[in-house]
Amino acid sequence: MNIFELANPKRFMRFSAALLPWFWAIAILCLGAGLFIGLFRVPPDYQQGQTVKIMFIHVPAAWVGMMAYASMAVASLFGLVNRHPLADAAAKAAAPLGAVFTALALITGSLWGKPMWGAYWVWDARLTSFLILFFLYLGYMALWTAIEDETRAARACAILALVGAVNLPIIKYSVDWWNTLHQGESIFVKGGPLIAPVFLWPLFLMAFGYTFLFLALWMVRIRTEILARRARTLQLRMGTA
Amino acid sequence: MSIMTYLEMGGYAAYVWPAYGISLLGIGGMVFWTLHGFRQVSRKLALLEEEMKEDES
Amino acid sequence: MSGFRALLYRDLRLATRAGGGAALALAFFAAVAVLVPLGIGADLKLLGRIAGGVLWVAAILAALLSLDRLFQADYEDGSLDQIALAPMTLETSAAAKIVAHWLTTGLPLTILSPLLALLFDLPVAGYVPLLVSLAIGTPAVSAIGAIGAGLTISIRRGGLILPLLVLPLLSPVVIFGAGVVSAALSGLDNGAIWLLSAFSLAAVCLAPFAAAAAVRLNLAG
Repeated sequence: MNIFELANPKRFMRFSAALLPWFWAIAILCLGAGLFIGLFRVPPDYQQGQTVKIMFIHVPAAWVGMMAYASMAVASLFGLVNRHPLADAAAKAAAPLGAVFTALALITGSLWGKPMWGAYWVWDARLTSFLILFFLYLGYMALWTAIEDETRAARACAILALVGAVNLPIIKYSVDWWNTLHQGESIFVKGGPLIAPVFLWPLFLMAFGYTFLFLALWMVRIRTEILARRARTLQLRMGTA
Repeated sequence: MSIMTYLEMGGYAAYVWPAYGISLLGIGGMVFWTLHGFRQVSRKLALLEEEMKEDES
Repeated sequence: MSGFRALLYRDLRLATRAGGGAALALAFFAAVAVLVPLGIGADLKLLGRIAGGVLWVAAILAALLSLDRLFQADYEDGSLDQIALAPMTLETSAAAKIVAHWLTTGLPLTILSPLLALLFDLPVAGYVPLLVSLAIGTPAVSAIGAIGAGLTISIRRGGLILPLLVLPLLSPVVIFGAGVVSAALSGLDNGAIWLLSAFSLAAVCLAPFAAAAAVRLNLAG
């Protein structure tokens, strides 16, 4: 099937309605299994002790936080080039989700950092670039709400998302560079703690669960956006009639 | 291993449980807010479509 | 090219006349730099060590202050439509405006910075790196700032949202710019100057296209 056939909102509604139950089911199964194994079946790590349990919710949140930005940037590109409202809706719908996942990654990361590093925040390279990513999300959402005209807001936000996507690897690089320059007392900076193989299973399950949770929520939000648009056009038509 | 020693998380309870609590709150809130928004919009659209039909008839 | 020059001169004239904003940005830069020791204390050793970073942050804030007028003033009085109709591409116009903005903010800030560094007792080895890094890095601030300015022209209080859009994108400039100064102070060659030059060059080359696209979408319809 051609991906552009999905660009038809009606077809997207049908397609997503068929897929959504599966996404929810995969997300719930993976999260349930991952939490069970992660909380009850793995031993404490020899270095991190029981704080390794935080990794099972921190790493997936961070991963989805990045994936959401990538999804938003790709949708923005389609929105700018193909000028299709569905792509605009997809980009808009991904941003708040990405912001929440990024915030969760930051909070769980600093809760992990307190016992491991001795402080909630140590300006670790990865935490710092995630903080900047969080601000990029905030700016994006602020721009959406600030511009009243919908197509104009969509284009402006698409440009911002793409500029951010080009800049993100540079920001990541510069923060890594800065971190090695000012490397202080932190022990785990280079490469982070190694994850023992026992922990990989729950970590993968949770990452899978978070990913499908994001996909399900994203789809529902795109559907919401499509319906809201239809409602607005109906209202306009009734207003003029 | 008793439940109490499990809940203590090897002395890291003050970090592990808040991390899980906040994640649950964040994800639960996101799910609720997303589904609630969808339900609200679809209800509004159904009302509008009904009104439309009445106007036509 | 004559269109480019005409627009450049026009923007320079507008910025340097009374109330045009160029002098304001300079005064703001100086005020922030004076406020920092008041908050931190007069420990000259500490101030000398943080001078590079503080002046870089103050310079970026000062440059941002005048950015929201870059396109907005012309948008409001309709001259932006005239500029868009002129027989040159919007990209060229955006480039002219970026150059004018840098000449009226980035360049004066760079020239003023040694005087403020004096107040911070910056070690002698830091002066040339500070000047050079500001001279190389502030064009990137004007360029990336112009994208934000273009995106926010139609927003009535765009000046409030602009820093939120632009500051995260500018983090590499701060990191590399202040890195040039700290490299000179520690006597290590960390390559910051090359990284800063590369980032600035890329930003200056690419930003006019993004800024022009942003202006175009706001003029359409």
